[in-house]
Amino acid sequence: MKTLKSIVSCLAIIAFSLANAQTELTVYTAVEAEDLKKYADRFNEDHPDIKINWVRDSTGIVTAKLLAEKENPQADVIWGLAATSLLLMKGEGMLEAYSPNGVDALDPKFVDKSDPPTWTGMDAWVAAICVNTVEQEKYGFATPTSWQDLTKPEYKDHVAMPNPSSSGTGFLDVSSWLQIFGEEDGWKFMDGLHENIHHYTHSGSKPCKQAARGEVPIGVSFAFRGAKSKAEGAPIEIIIPEEGIGWDMEATAIVKGTDNLEAAKTLVDWSISEKANKMYNEGYAVIGIQSLAKPVEHFPENIPEKMIDNDFEWAAANRKAILAEWQSRYDSKSEPKS
Amino acid sequence: MSINKASHYLVIENLTKRFGEFVALQDINLNINESEFVCFLGPSGCGKTTLLRAIAGLDLQSSGNIFQAGKDISVLPPSGRDFGIVFQSYALFPNLTVAKNVSYGLENAKIPKDQINKRVNELLEMVGLPEKANAYPANLSGGQQQRIALARALATSPSLLLLDEPLSALDAKVRVFLRHEIKQLQRKLGVTTIMVTHDQEEALTMADRIVVMKQGVIEQIGSPNEIYQQPKSVFVADFIGTMNFFEAQVMADNQIKIGELQFEHDSNIDTVVGERVTAAVRPEEFVISQQVESSEHKIEATIREIEFLGSLVRLRLSSKQMQAKSFIMNIEERMFRANALDEGDTISLSVITSPRLYPHD
Amino acid sequence: MAEAIAKSGAELKQKLSRDDVLMRGLIAVVGLYLLVTLVLPLYAMLSKSFKDHDGNFIGLANYIEYFSTPALSASIVNSLFIASITTFITLTLAFGLAYGLMRSNMPFKAFFKIVAMVPILVPSLLPGIALVYLFGRQGFMNWALFGHDIYGPIGIVIAEVFFTLPHALIILTTAFSISDARLYEAAQVLNASKFKIFWTVTLPGARYGVISAAFVVFTLAITDFGAPKVIGGDFNVLATDIYKQVIGQQNFEMGAVVSVVLLIPAALAFFVDRIVQKKQVALLTSRAVAYEPKPNKLFDHCMLAYAILFSVFILGMIAVCQYAALVKFYPYNLSLSLKNYNFDLMDGGGWAAYWNSLKMAGLTAVIGTCIIFVGAYVVEKVRGFTQGRMLFQFLAMLPMAVPGLVLGLAYIFFFNSPANPLNTLYHTMAILVISTITHFYTVSHLTATTALKQMDSEFEDVSASLKQPVFKMFRQVTVPVSMPAILDISIYLFVNAMTTVSAVVFLYGPDTNLASVAVLNMDDAGDIAPAAAMGMMIFYTAAGVKLLHYFSTLGLYKSTQRWRSKS
Repeated sequence: MKTLKSIVSCLAIIAFSLANAQTELTVYTAVEAEDLKKYADRFNEDHPDIKINWVRDSTGIVTAKLLAEKENPQADVIWGLAATSLLLMKGEGMLEAYSPNGVDALDPKFVDKSDPPTWTGMDAWVAAICVNTVEQEKYGFATPTSWQDLTKPEYKDHVAMPNPSSSGTGFLDVSSWLQIFGEEDGWKFMDGLHENIHHYTHSGSKPCKQAARGEVPIGVSFAFRGAKSKAEGAPIEIIIPEEGIGWDMEATAIVKGTDNLEAAKTLVDWSISEKANKMYNEGYAVIGIQSLAKPVEHFPENIPEKMIDNDFEWAAANRKAILAEWQSRYDSKSEPKS
Repeated sequence: MSINKASHYLVIENLTKRFGEFVALQDINLNINESEFVCFLGPSGCGKTTLLRAIAGLDLQSSGNIFQAGKDISVLPPSGRDFGIVFQSYALFPNLTVAKNVSYGLENAKIPKDQINKRVNELLEMVGLPEKANAYPANLSGGQQQRIALARALATSPSLLLLDEPLSALDAKVRVFLRHEIKQLQRKLGVTTIMVTHDQEEALTMADRIVVMKQGVIEQIGSPNEIYQQPKSVFVADFIGTMNFFEAQVMADNQIKIGELQFEHDSNIDTVVGERVTAAVRPEEFVISQQVESSEHKIEATIREIEFLGSLVRLRLSSKQMQAKSFIMNIEERMFRANALDEGDTISLSVITSPRLYPHD
Repeated sequence: MAEAIAKSGAELKQKLSRDDVLMRGLIAVVGLYLLVTLVLPLYAMLSKSFKDHDGNFIGLANYIEYFSTPALSASIVNSLFIASITTFITLTLAFGLAYGLMRSNMPFKAFFKIVAMVPILVPSLLPGIALVYLFGRQGFMNWALFGHDIYGPIGIVIAEVFFTLPHALIILTTAFSISDARLYEAAQVLNASKFKIFWTVTLPGARYGVISAAFVVFTLAITDFGAPKVIGGDFNVLATDIYKQVIGQQNFEMGAVVSVVLLIPAALAFFVDRIVQKKQVALLTSRAVAYEPKPNKLFDHCMLAYAILFSVFILGMIAVCQYAALVKFYPYNLSLSLKNYNFDLMDGGGWAAYWNSLKMAGLTAVIGTCIIFVGAYVVEKVRGFTQGRMLFQFLAMLPMAVPGLVLGLAYIFFFNSPANPLNTLYHTMAILVISTITHFYTVSHLTATTALKQMDSEFEDVSASLKQPVFKMFRQVTVPVSMPAILDISIYLFVNAMTTVSAVVFLYGPDTNLASVAVLNMDDAGDIAPAAAMGMMIFYTAAGVKLLHYFSTLGLYKSTQRWRSKS
């Protein structure tokens, strides 16, 4: 009899906790790992009943995962993935169209052109060059101030950049150069740059982290990463090239077919709120509601004016062709160097 | 011989076993009586073990039937048949004690524990190893292990005991001792037993009946005495004991000639006068002729080699008369000394029984 | 005879006992497991390579595209190049050490043997990380490369040599241990020079070992993904191409094509190796006399010096990683701290990944050992059922021919298909465990089979004659007697589950990050010091479990000594 009683009470507890269970959202993201806890905590301050299960990986991998799972989606929400990747998914019909509360406050650049939009932007993530000043002294080269500078012979084997095939940052760089210099001169520029490249990395933050450690003197990466490394005490300088810089947005979207549509909408609403924007501003200088933006430590101040007028639709549409061209030019040249 | 399934304990009918193209057993027919001790004897590869394994159900025959106690067991799995088995390798479970090994087949929800213990003690007593109950197999000698294997096989009181070369892995002395032990035990229990062996001495001393096999067929079935005295073929004659073979020619219905010498014979094989046959004489069937004065057939032979076997002496002889370069005779050591024989001596012999005849190959 | 053949059409069928039904059923179940976790995924992958992005059949178009794109097909040559050079260097080095261990009287042999096994305990990413610290731009020893670059073939080959050495050494010491001492005596009697003895006796005696080791090393090197990923720079090989195609470009079809291309040399090497190994077994059964090396001061000292160099190489790589993990900000702030162990602030899943790995390795060891040992038992001991057994044996050997990365990709295609009711497994701990068991099935199966073959085949016959169920026999005799082999299998599975990256890199999910994958992802993000720190966590865990295994085996032998040895 006693056992029966305890079983019943056990079942009651289970049933009770199930009824009160939080809604759990599986959220795919490429946001820097160290920020994830902060993002979830701030969100839970306002919405304690929704639990976020992060799936964090680099842009390329998260994009690949989402596309691979197209037939059998695992994610409820995407929060913090490159807009170009979301455009790809929009093209595949994988995103739920939803106009979040407060969308009007966002810079129009930060909202999908469709109505209702399928994605909304959080912050901009801009290209930058990280230069290790200790190594610079050792090798005695001048500080590069423009993209074109990087093709000079004095930087031979001193530059690392992300491979556009696997890195969102890498693709952002390549697509921006094609827009800045035009297609023909863009490829010519990359031919010159390729001569000086020591290696291509799979991840966008790696070149800057490697520059921070002096593994390469110069890393083509993004400003956020450079600022972080500098804050950690790395001897680097963050350069915004004068021709202008490519950029992409970290953006948010709901995955079509989610079982938790209401909770997903709540999260997306929150993701464009003022509170969220202020939170993004702790790491990023350019955010969706730019009027709220305050300067960020170690971030070069001139970033907003150097951001090119990026044509995301063009970049997404031509992604395959650009990557194929890039590969045939530079991947096949990856012969043994010794 | 008509087969009466009811009157025999084990009946094997037209049993054939093929491995691919190779025929391991061909059309075997055999009856075994209750409480009989039968040996399957033959050189390696003759099919004797295959036949035993077919009886046990361990290797299914390709065709043919087996009846045990009137029941058709032809296609039953081993666990559906009633037998105990002992292998050459003993196959004792190394991590279980002797007592545990013996009780392995008894452990069954229905038998109370103290009854199992009683039975185990009884069995260990029976095989003469009551003090080894808590030892592990690795701590026993080969002979002891085989006795434990026997106890384990008999634990469930099977009505058929199968022994697959049980003594082959043992030392000569232990082997002779265990032969006797096993035979006594079998007599006492009256369990029908089949033993496979390639050792003719083993078969002759232990079996009630011997089944001599060669290349998948039965050459002869008979009591040890029959097999020894009246081997039905050159193969059996040669395989069992020692036999001298001579080329011979049939002279008349009961007369043959070996070399220049004529012998009478009472063999019942059909012969034609003038036909060439093989005559067979055992070494102990020669005697030095003054022993048998009345003998008509004196054989002149020269001693080529002398071999002492203890109580017997083996002489290797040659005889021009018999056109035999080499044959052997056994003579009691006493006689050997009395005659003061030496290599190179010429002696005269006679044959005490008429030679066995076999068709010439 | 003609009659006999005519009769053979109607062979008798034995009635099946309950045990027969049970064992055949178990063979079918384990066989089905291998079918679902190996054959069907591979089929899904193969068919994917003939389809376009929308799933239409396009014949060989993907392959034509692959071979007409130099950027892709160049990797074939690169892979073959790396694998060949690695094979040559590894074999030379391992041959020397094996020779020293088996043919000299140098001291500390046991220590050198243990050191040589260390690389098995770390993910293949770790030697790459060590090389960055040793020979990278800021490396302590980068002068040693004379201006050459460690990123690329040099780095890959050094890392692969480190990674493949223990495997070659195991095979070669076994080969030496079966060489016949009588041949040496004969050669000495004939006054042959040491050099001549080496060429006419030592080398031919070990030839199957050398060939077998060559194939094993070649396969490991060509399919390994960790080393080229970390230290390969822009030097593309097939394994990294699969990763890039799938992860970087979401081009699953091309990933499938590269996988098929990688499968060919791996499978070929595997089948040749099987043939060679059979010949070596034939050598083993001959009655050889074990060789006892005679002391020779000069030779023994040379061999000792060589073994020390060898150990310095292996332990040095590990020590460098541990140092890197503890340095605050290499090379600008060399003070020590535990900051790099703050995994939760980095990519890769944090400390949860480590605990996941422990859980995954534990589950793989327990479940895998059960499945594999039971499978090996029933297939070894079942009566009859020849065709079923042959099919099962083939299935059990197949995983060894399939590179982990290929298996992982095949799992994506198979288990993430919406039409597959098993797709709920995707991203779960279960699929990680399943893929790891299947990936490492063959070696475990062979270990189990060898142990079972050593057991008297007549136990089951005796048990059946005593009317006892086969599982009683299995429980009371087979398992206790095979306990050393069972422990070996579970440790092998545990250590490999801790260190493997290749299959699981495509399969882990949000809640199922793994330590080994974390090493990859942290290195990928440029957090090389935390990657080294996590790699060392894996090393200490694997080494600790190995030690535990060593002592438990010791204890096992002690407690079972009563029946194992004659008193």
